[in-house]
Amino acid sequence: MKTFTNKLRQDIIKMIHNAKSGHPGGAFSCVDILAVLYKKVLNVPVEWDKSIDFNKRDRFVLSKGHASTALYATLAHCGFFPVNMLMSFRMLGSKLQGHPSSRAQLPGIEVSTGSLGQGLSIGVGMALALRLDKNETSKVFVLLGDGEMQEGSVWESLMNANNQKLNNLIVIIDKNELQIDGRTCDIKSLEPLDEKLKAFGFSVYSIDGHNYDEIEHTLLEAKNSNKLCAIIANTIKGKGVSFMENNAGWHGKAPNDEQLAKALEELNV
Amino acid sequence: MFSKNIEIKSPRNVYGDTLVELGAKNPNIVVLDADLSCSTQTCRFAKAYPERFFNCGIAEQDMMGTAAGLAYGGKTVFASTFAMFATARCLDQIRNTICYSKLDVKIVATHGGITVGEDGASHQALEDISYMRSIPDMKVIVPGDCEEVKQVIEYAANTPGPMYIRIPRTNLKSVFSEEYKFNPATGVKVKEGNDITIVTNGETLYEVIEASKKLQEVGIEAEILHYPVVKPFKHIALKQSVQKTGKVVVVENHSIIGGLGSAVCESLCEHYPARVYRIGTKDTFGQSGEQRQLMEFYGLTDKKIYEKIIEFMDVK
Repeated sequence: MKTFTNKLRQDIIKMIHNAKSGHPGGAFSCVDILAVLYKKVLNVPVEWDKSIDFNKRDRFVLSKGHASTALYATLAHCGFFPVNMLMSFRMLGSKLQGHPSSRAQLPGIEVSTGSLGQGLSIGVGMALALRLDKNETSKVFVLLGDGEMQEGSVWESLMNANNQKLNNLIVIIDKNELQIDGRTCDIKSLEPLDEKLKAFGFSVYSIDGHNYDEIEHTLLEAKNSNKLCAIIANTIKGKGVSFMENNAGWHGKAPNDEQLAKALEELNV
Repeated sequence: MFSKNIEIKSPRNVYGDTLVELGAKNPNIVVLDADLSCSTQTCRFAKAYPERFFNCGIAEQDMMGTAAGLAYGGKTVFASTFAMFATARCLDQIRNTICYSKLDVKIVATHGGITVGEDGASHQALEDISYMRSIPDMKVIVPGDCEEVKQVIEYAANTPGPMYIRIPRTNLKSVFSEEYKFNPATGVKVKEGNDITIVTNGETLYEVIEASKKLQEVGIEAEILHYPVVKPFKHIALKQSVQKTGKVVVVENHSIIGGLGSAVCESLCEHYPARVYRIGTKDTFGQSGEQRQLMEFYGLTDKKIYEKIIEFMDVK
């Protein structure tokens, strides 16, 4: 898995370097979660909508749409579309838009996101649709950033999820504790996040968001649980590249040639 | 196609009943509300099909996001609340989630316009058409009477993609009979005339018809064009009429900025430049008052429309 995620991180940083813009920090904090999700947890056909089992797939919503490179790299390396498409990221006419776009019809992309705080409401709607269709096979996974939880509509949808008793919805929070302007606890603290989620009716797991076994074990437990589950994944923004780790400055910045070389060297282990 | 007897009906009740009828035929239809189901009359659907009705509480942003998720799940979604809260409050969700992904969400907003009445400016949506009209792929429809409300809701249920439908709080007098067929591809000529073109929609349609009778008494034959579909705006009927009359007045229960008046100006600029006089609320907030008083104050009654048009006809 480590070899796989190193490859994903290499492609993420190459995509952002090539596009001269993008969001490496938040992509690196959640890419381990995405890798485990797509390799071990989600039941999604790589043939995408050509699959006869398309309706039975699990749904995934990347609410923190700026981490699009992490999702694109994961999908490409899982076979949803050719890896050589990755370098079209952010280019005119590309299916790999700056933020995920269902309009662009890239296989594997379920919903459009980018404006923060909207993915969970969408996930709740998808979970309700599955329930109406009596689809008990599919589950809905929504990955949020912790910073985005400052958006009030996230709490509206947490309330709704509990009110609707959605046992087919799994909320994952990439808690990297940094946002554009600095530390989340300094800007607008979410703490105590676990207590808040419990008060909103969730069964809360707190895990190391870079420990593959822990991610897999917890996601599978949540997937098979009959309760409304939230997983707080404690992560490091910029994880994997020393000079990007825990540095809010790398939220939305592309590396120069030298920085790219250094990053690739660190990731080539 | 025109109603012979004047019936006065609540367009909200018609909306609620139409939803129930559609719900019986189409199990894919789901309805959402934000704690105003008794006012919007989606409560009728809630009673008939409780499992397909979701009250999202006083949380319009969440309602629009949830509507999007249900649409991603293949449902045809009707989401309702007052026009004031169905648009500006959740504009980002409507733009970035519903319209960007071209989802099958029909926002049916009630209480549009100044005639919300006593609740005052905070509840009087005078800019909603303007917001909705500017979003790519959003269709915007303002039906003119209850028969049309029914047909527009049926059209919405059978036409994929995002739509904003605005209905007023007021009871509407009937204009169309059951023979009328709503056609999204054109404006509707309600009265023939050579002297001036009056373009309108929504609850001002009836006022304009009455105003045209007064104009007739002083020898002015107005041509009335009803434009329920504000977007996509189809210019042919308008252009043909203005080629004949050369003068245009637009009447709407909305700000003169960004609504039907703007759509008419934009269209004529491009296809057949002509003088256009816009009647609606100016660049202003509304206020409390009784419905008819407010219509009078903001110049939207038949009498006021008549007076304004007489003034406008004198302008050389």
